[in-house]
Amino acid sequence: MSSALPPITHQEAQREFAETLSGFTAGDKPDYADYSRCIHCGLCLNACPTYRLWHNEADSPRGRIRQMALVDQGRLEVGESFVTHIDRCLDCRACETACPSGVEYGKLVELARAQIARNFERPRVSRWTRNFVYRRLLPDPRRIARLARLVRLYQRSGLETLVRASGAPRLLGMQQRAALLPRIDSDFFFSRLGKTFPARGQRRARVAFFAGCVAQVTFTALNDATIRVLQANGCEVVVPANQFCCGALAAHAGVRDVARELARKNMEAFLAEPFDAVVTNAAGCGSTLKEYTELFAGSDPAQEGASRNVLDAKNAAEFSPKVRDVTEFLAGLGLSSPLRKTRMRVTYQDSCHLLHGQKIREAPRTLLRAIPGLELVEMPMADHCCGSAGVYNVTETDTSMQLLQEKMRHASSSRASAIVTANPGCILQLRAGTKLYNTRQEVFHVIELLDRAISSENIGRNSAQAGA
Amino acid sequence: MNQQLILDLEHLLTREHVLSRPEDLLLYEYDGSVEVARPNCIVFPRDAADVVRIVEIANRHDVPIVGRGAGTGLSGGALARHGGIIVSFARMNRILEIDIENQRAVVQPGVVNSDLSAAVAHAGLHFAPDPSSQKACTIGGNVSENAGGPHTLAYGVTTNHVLGMQLVLCDGQLIRIGGKSLDAPGYDLCGLFVGSEGTLALVTEITVRLTRLPETIKTLLAIYDRIDGATETVVEITARGITPAACEMLDGWTLRAVEAWVHAGFPLDSAAVLLIEVDGMREAAEEHAAQITEVCKLHGAREVRLARDAKERDLLWKGRKNAFGAVGRLSPTYYVQDGVIPRTKLPQTLREIDRIGKENGFEIGNIFHAGDGNLHPIILFDARDAQQFQRAVSTADAIIRFCIEMGGAITGEHGVGMEKDRLMPLLFTDADLALMRTVRDAFNPVGRFNPGKIFPTGKGCGEVRINPLPLSGSAGAPPSGPTPS
Repeated sequence: MSSALPPITHQEAQREFAETLSGFTAGDKPDYADYSRCIHCGLCLNACPTYRLWHNEADSPRGRIRQMALVDQGRLEVGESFVTHIDRCLDCRACETACPSGVEYGKLVELARAQIARNFERPRVSRWTRNFVYRRLLPDPRRIARLARLVRLYQRSGLETLVRASGAPRLLGMQQRAALLPRIDSDFFFSRLGKTFPARGQRRARVAFFAGCVAQVTFTALNDATIRVLQANGCEVVVPANQFCCGALAAHAGVRDVARELARKNMEAFLAEPFDAVVTNAAGCGSTLKEYTELFAGSDPAQEGASRNVLDAKNAAEFSPKVRDVTEFLAGLGLSSPLRKTRMRVTYQDSCHLLHGQKIREAPRTLLRAIPGLELVEMPMADHCCGSAGVYNVTETDTSMQLLQEKMRHASSSRASAIVTANPGCILQLRAGTKLYNTRQEVFHVIELLDRAISSENIGRNSAQAGA
Repeated sequence: MNQQLILDLEHLLTREHVLSRPEDLLLYEYDGSVEVARPNCIVFPRDAADVVRIVEIANRHDVPIVGRGAGTGLSGGALARHGGIIVSFARMNRILEIDIENQRAVVQPGVVNSDLSAAVAHAGLHFAPDPSSQKACTIGGNVSENAGGPHTLAYGVTTNHVLGMQLVLCDGQLIRIGGKSLDAPGYDLCGLFVGSEGTLALVTEITVRLTRLPETIKTLLAIYDRIDGATETVVEITARGITPAACEMLDGWTLRAVEAWVHAGFPLDSAAVLLIEVDGMREAAEEHAAQITEVCKLHGAREVRLARDAKERDLLWKGRKNAFGAVGRLSPTYYVQDGVIPRTKLPQTLREIDRIGKENGFEIGNIFHAGDGNLHPIILFDARDAQQFQRAVSTADAIIRFCIEMGGAITGEHGVGMEKDRLMPLLFTDADLALMRTVRDAFNPVGRFNPGKIFPTGKGCGEVRINPLPLSGSAGAPPSGPTPS
């Protein structure tokens, strides 16, 4: 019997890595101390959306961690194959929930992406797009507003209707991406920045509201509703003026210098005054805001100046513990506002960065159950990603849509009239799903249902008036 | 030759179902164990017909074939020790038939263990074998390794739950053995194939027995300040004729690692806990729970807690089932051993393990299926230190030798694989091994299926000896062995 490749032995493996150098460069990189916590037991496999789709070890959390280790050993290069498998990860972090060893996979994959961003030459179009989105668009609210106005013009002028009617998206295979395009608001949330909204009744807490970036041009209604619900429950809500994108998308893409710059600006804006909490309605943002400490833990003193580093780390240690997802905050505070009866059967889709990123499973469900008349039914696999995953549905559309199809099958099986979730990104994806698969289900944020249930005499639509 | 092999396989399965680039092969050189071996290619059959053709191609090219499920095994069973083709059954993962009335199901080998239980839970049924990896491991893998789990004490191991199988033999013949009932006429061939670690055939379909979920489950946590108190309790429970559904022990050192992750309420200052479960009809379960509590107290348990509801029970079990992984929080690498002793010998065996550990300079944690006398000592070591790794292996060997002295065995449920082949002669005589080889050669005469497993190398007939390794090296490379750079 013969075989082409000789078997590898213990001694060989030792020699192989002794003779070679790490394929990672200094600075942000997956560290031995972190990736070696993975004992390759494989308990993460069945929790991973991409492994469940393809059953390829290379597209599993264990396999991806192994690939990072192999690069660090010099047995694999930061090349096409490595980049493909790391790119395909949704960063949903379901593997962290499944992992008994406490491997911080989200951190590892972000650092692997930082290495890719630094050491791998992507095709020109991809490079240009990434540069534009992460370095120019997201960090700059004016550019976001300008682009939003353009899209709005396209949507309102009838051009979008015309394009859809022409069947062009279908012909170009862009039908699914077209369905993901959010409707741009008539009124942007930017005008609320710098304002304070008084508590209704006795003041129970004073919180700062984190408004998001793209959410300010597409989720103004949700942001307003969040402020109203907080007010109705005795919170004074301050919307600090100089806040920016949280940096999540940049950090997930490995563009850590931009993420750090945004983090510095946000910490400055939110640490200027004392608040009981920094509240966000976006699980993805919340997860990153809570991990600013991580973001600065890995920064390279040589690159950015040691004293600045110490200051950043100190600020992050003060800022991150204050961050609360709005569901977490309200469930912790306890609802004080009366809730109107809402006859509705809903199912809750866990937002990955709430459940797996922030380990919050019960808070959104507790709030939903608090609404009288509302029936909460669990769908199968509610804790699996819907395929939204930040910009994943745009960068890896085919995979995202396969996950969405599965999600819609489960959501339909619940026979709920609405799917409720806790993150704007998931809302867009799920709405696209209900359209594409015609499930006739509505999609809401937990907060939107609470807002509806808060009795009308307490809260009028326009009660989000500013104080100071 | 290799290139032609790949082309033939791609022609059969399309390129989508064949992996052969070096960077892909690197990801199939490991499983859940500390072993390492690299295949020439990985194929993903879609059905039994594909498997037949794959075997034919392997015969034509004269290369080994190794079946693989999720790769969660702990003895290197799913690794291509002598290269060749890994047949991943991960994409053959459909539940083909569920027969609620007759309590059985027909599944493809890639179905995940807990997925089957979830699919029949609505009818009050489950697939009883419950290895700790049940959320990821496949039923095909369970069959190959004859997997156990905490509840094997009352429910038996995998072989007690397999009714029939469809197999591909090494000449490419597709056959069926067993049937749909528990005791098929003729030889008990299922009994022969279950636990054969992929050395006799490739399994392409399995008919399993589904077990009714018990009416009542009582889960107790007994907390001890002395390890001996816990081990003595186990001896007495069984002496009194009570068979718990499960009886697990975790020592204090392990408990602290687990509690840091699970927050199950395990006491941090205790020397050991027993996690004991009784089930069945309500009255009987309550009676047994009361008796067990009494025995625990008698042997110095400072507290015996009863899980109040399913949530509390799940939390306790979550702690137990994730215990090995939780140890990963203490040390980057560890070596889990799997040995068996008569449960009456528990107290002195634990003392000896402690002594062996101290002698070799290792901290050894203990988690095990106490009711079965199935030990899982965990030895922490640093994979970057090759010497330390070899010392860990020899320490583990010393423990296993002691198990055998106590009248036990070298593995309770993880299998022999490529981890313990060299230890087989400690347990079996030449005549014993020769008989096993006769069986193996009847089905697998040229070593086509999973060569280099179970049988010690360097002995016997027809054994493939491409790379016989020295004792310490044969345990493979450390699990993740790079140095920090």
